[in-house]
Amino acid sequence: MNPVNYLYLAALLFTIGATGVLIRRNAIVVFMCIELMLNACNLAFVVFSRMHGNLDGQIIAFFTMVVAAAEVVVGLAIIVSLFRTRHSASVDDASLMKL
Amino acid sequence: MSTQLAAYTTSTGEAFQFWVLGTVAVIGALCTVFMKKAVHSALCLAGTMIILAIFYLANGAYFLGIVQIVVYTGAIMMLFLFVVMLVGVTAADSLKETIKGQRWLALVCGVGFGVLLFAGIGNASLKEFDGTGQANANGNVEGLASLIFTKYVFAFEITGALLITAAVGAMVLTHRERTERARTQRELAEQRVREGKHVPPLPAPGVYARHNAVDIAGLLPDGTPSELTVNKTLRERGQIRDVSAEALGDLRALEQRSEERLERTEIEPTTFKRPEEASK
Amino acid sequence: MENLIALLIAAPLLGAAVLLVGGRRLDAVGQWIGTLLSAASFVFGLILFADLLGKNAEHRTLTQHLWTWISVGSFQADVTFRLDQLSMTFVLLITGVGSLIHLYSVGYMEHDERRRRFFGYLNLFLAAMLLLVLADNYLLLYVGWEGVGLASYLLIGFWQHKPSAATAAKKAFLVNRVGDMGLSIAIMLMFTTFGSFAFGPVFSHAGDASEGKLTAIGLMLLLAACGKSAQVPLQSWLGDAMEGPTPVSALIHAATMVTAGVYLIVRSAAIFNLAPDAQLAVTVVGAVTLLFGAIVGCAKDDIKKALAGSTMSQIGYMILAAGLGPIGYVFAIMHLVTHGFFKAGLFLGAGSVMHGMNDEVDMRRYGGLRKYMPVTFITFGLGYLAIIGFPFLSGFFSKDAIIEAAFAKGGTQGWILGGAALLGAAITAFYMTRVMLMTFFGEKRWQPDENGNEPHPHESPKVMTIPMVLLAFGSVFAGGLFSIGDRFLNWLEPVTGHSEGHSPISAATVTGATMVCLVIGVGIAWAQYGRKPVPAVAPRGSLLTRAARRDLLQDDFNHVVLVRGGEHLTRSLVYVDHTLVDGVVNGTAAGFGGLSGRLRRVQNGFARSYAVSMFGGAALLVAATLLMRAV
Repeated sequence: MNPVNYLYLAALLFTIGATGVLIRRNAIVVFMCIELMLNACNLAFVVFSRMHGNLDGQIIAFFTMVVAAAEVVVGLAIIVSLFRTRHSASVDDASLMKL
Repeated sequence: MSTQLAAYTTSTGEAFQFWVLGTVAVIGALCTVFMKKAVHSALCLAGTMIILAIFYLANGAYFLGIVQIVVYTGAIMMLFLFVVMLVGVTAADSLKETIKGQRWLALVCGVGFGVLLFAGIGNASLKEFDGTGQANANGNVEGLASLIFTKYVFAFEITGALLITAAVGAMVLTHRERTERARTQRELAEQRVREGKHVPPLPAPGVYARHNAVDIAGLLPDGTPSELTVNKTLRERGQIRDVSAEALGDLRALEQRSEERLERTEIEPTTFKRPEEASK
Repeated sequence: MENLIALLIAAPLLGAAVLLVGGRRLDAVGQWIGTLLSAASFVFGLILFADLLGKNAEHRTLTQHLWTWISVGSFQADVTFRLDQLSMTFVLLITGVGSLIHLYSVGYMEHDERRRRFFGYLNLFLAAMLLLVLADNYLLLYVGWEGVGLASYLLIGFWQHKPSAATAAKKAFLVNRVGDMGLSIAIMLMFTTFGSFAFGPVFSHAGDASEGKLTAIGLMLLLAACGKSAQVPLQSWLGDAMEGPTPVSALIHAATMVTAGVYLIVRSAAIFNLAPDAQLAVTVVGAVTLLFGAIVGCAKDDIKKALAGSTMSQIGYMILAAGLGPIGYVFAIMHLVTHGFFKAGLFLGAGSVMHGMNDEVDMRRYGGLRKYMPVTFITFGLGYLAIIGFPFLSGFFSKDAIIEAAFAKGGTQGWILGGAALLGAAITAFYMTRVMLMTFFGEKRWQPDENGNEPHPHESPKVMTIPMVLLAFGSVFAGGLFSIGDRFLNWLEPVTGHSEGHSPISAATVTGATMVCLVIGVGIAWAQYGRKPVPAVAPRGSLLTRAARRDLLQDDFNHVVLVRGGEHLTRSLVYVDHTLVDGVVNGTAAGFGGLSGRLRRVQNGFARSYAVSMFGGAALLVAATLLMRAV
């Protein structure tokens, strides 16, 4: 098996995640789909690292994880405060430029 | 020969592992997208991430594989589950689309994007795989560490600052400053008396001992459920079980049984009608 | 001595400022202030005239530079005055006749509440007219040109409570604008051609310019002259201008302002001499106008309008002479001066008659007035004899000279122009005799005015008759004074130049023919208005008479061609504006409105919709990248 298949898998996961972002309305699920996209990218980075025989790809993946963690923290905080004011976690409810 | 081959292909074991776990990962991803309940989505995503961790290990990224499990699956996904619990664990989303044409556009874009990515990967001549053997010669963690603390040290420091900022930001966003003094028990009691409603404590849920649970509304003397008896959070999530109709049905069954026992003539069918499901 | 030139203008300007700014406290003495300052200007003029006479003919040009007015790059305009023989002639005419008319106005306007303002306007006119004739460049001349236009407007509309006067003032102003446009274009052409519009450089470099450019400048100057001097085709305002007070008609619309066109052409002699086509146009305009005005004058029953027609005709003579070139310049100016005397006298006489007849102007309601106003009769009669060219009176010398000069142009043109001038002389004799007979002879046809007051004709006060007598003296003797010994010719020749033409017929023959024409004209008039009683209501008359009563349809022509044409033009422009321009604009707006209405639906506020477009954009970017790689 050619390791390129990992890249195909990463592309597939990324596409699934992106489509999920577009389809789902629950903000939490949307966030999970974004995490899925990030993970797909990470997989690609790791595979590139293997391809080139150096560790830079893994470093980038590592940084991605850190940034993803930060993003999740802030994003979930936003969702929680949104839920507090609207009693809803649907992204479609926030369709006006006011509460 | 074998070393050269290693650059092109992987071992049969790894291929087997890829095809099996890859399929599971894709299924997990699809489930993440299409599960109605957020908690199911989160669990599916956690599974996919664990599989990805295994793939990291298989690709020579040992440190990342462990971090993936510990940080991602362990911390981040748990954070997700925590928020899901907070926001509504059983609240199921309707998957019905409300924006006209959104689903079709999303599918077209997704499929188009995927096809393009595949075409791109297929076009790129990715035949040479050096493998991470040489890079990991001194150990994967040491290799990463020497890079992080030399070449990427500034990025590393900045991500540290980012994390701190994110933590503070999350606190600011979720923290609510109390703008007035909390009222004491006595003041609350006095207020209740002054307002004149619900002078006694709120009624308890789950009356009629058969259904003794916090999510079951207590029934008023006329048999209708009282919203007052259940927790406010459950009320808002719509997670109240209504047993008022069941009680009436049970009563009728009891009457019928006693009729049969007493061998009375069959009475007229009751005018009681089983009410429609009230809240759902 | 040059420093006196500015005082010529300053005196009446001061009068205008004092009278117009001074307010009611000057009401009692306003007329005397105006008259005094006008007379002061005349005295300065006399002093300067004496000074000029004491010099050699070559040194009779004085200039006074006051200050540099505009200096922008090569665009240099100075406030410089130039007093030469031509200007001097005008200065004496303007201030002399002007002072007499000021004096006359003291009596004529005695009962007018706003006479202080009237004298202020008169002084303003004098200052502007003097500026016009003393200017050393065309731009300064233009200032005077507009100034007299303004004064004319103000004075025609002086009795602004009468709608007819207000309308007439507006009409005069508008028609004059057309001519003023010509003058401004001429000045611009001069600047582009010569790089200057001062008299000196323009005239000395006139030979360097192409004939086409000179012709263009000449035609534009002619247009300006037509507007100011009421020549065909811009003649329509002069008849209506008679709505103004009679002294105004005498000063502005007979003696001075309307002759500014003649001054302009004679002053620009250097340009016209080199542009024969423009000269021909000038002569044609002059010949047409002299017949036009004369015909109109024959049909008018309003004494002032009859005289206005006559004025138009006489200025036609001057323009004709000015168009003849060096043969005619001197005679044009000479006729201008003599005409200034006798026409001002005639107008003052007409004013005197109106003064005695409750402001009646219809000659059919006059008759037999000679016994009641003898001084007016005699002075008016002398003016009458002068204008028809009675031997040895002013008009005889000047008009005869013009007719001779017209024949002297030579060729077919000479015959045609001379014939027209002769015919004009006959018609002049006819209409002036008609005015004379209808006013002073025959039986009384007086009628009460609309208030029922019977007219009681009486001689005017001394303050009015003295100017009339003085002007009558001028009418009688000026021509002889100028002509005998060619005094006027020698005086003006250094400025305008002079050449004797080759007349196909002798001077004596021309004089004889003129006399014959005169006798014929007077005879016909006598047959019509002297022997038979004059009907108090005008008969229907022939087609030509009716047309002449309507000023030979000039207003109808203007209305049909200019007003209607303008209306049609504006209507079609409005139509184009509404359909084409507005259509494009509104169509664009509606198109964008519809487009944005559709685009608006994209902006539905749902984050997921925006995410789709972002994702689609990302897909396109990937596609573009792949395409670039493939290529």
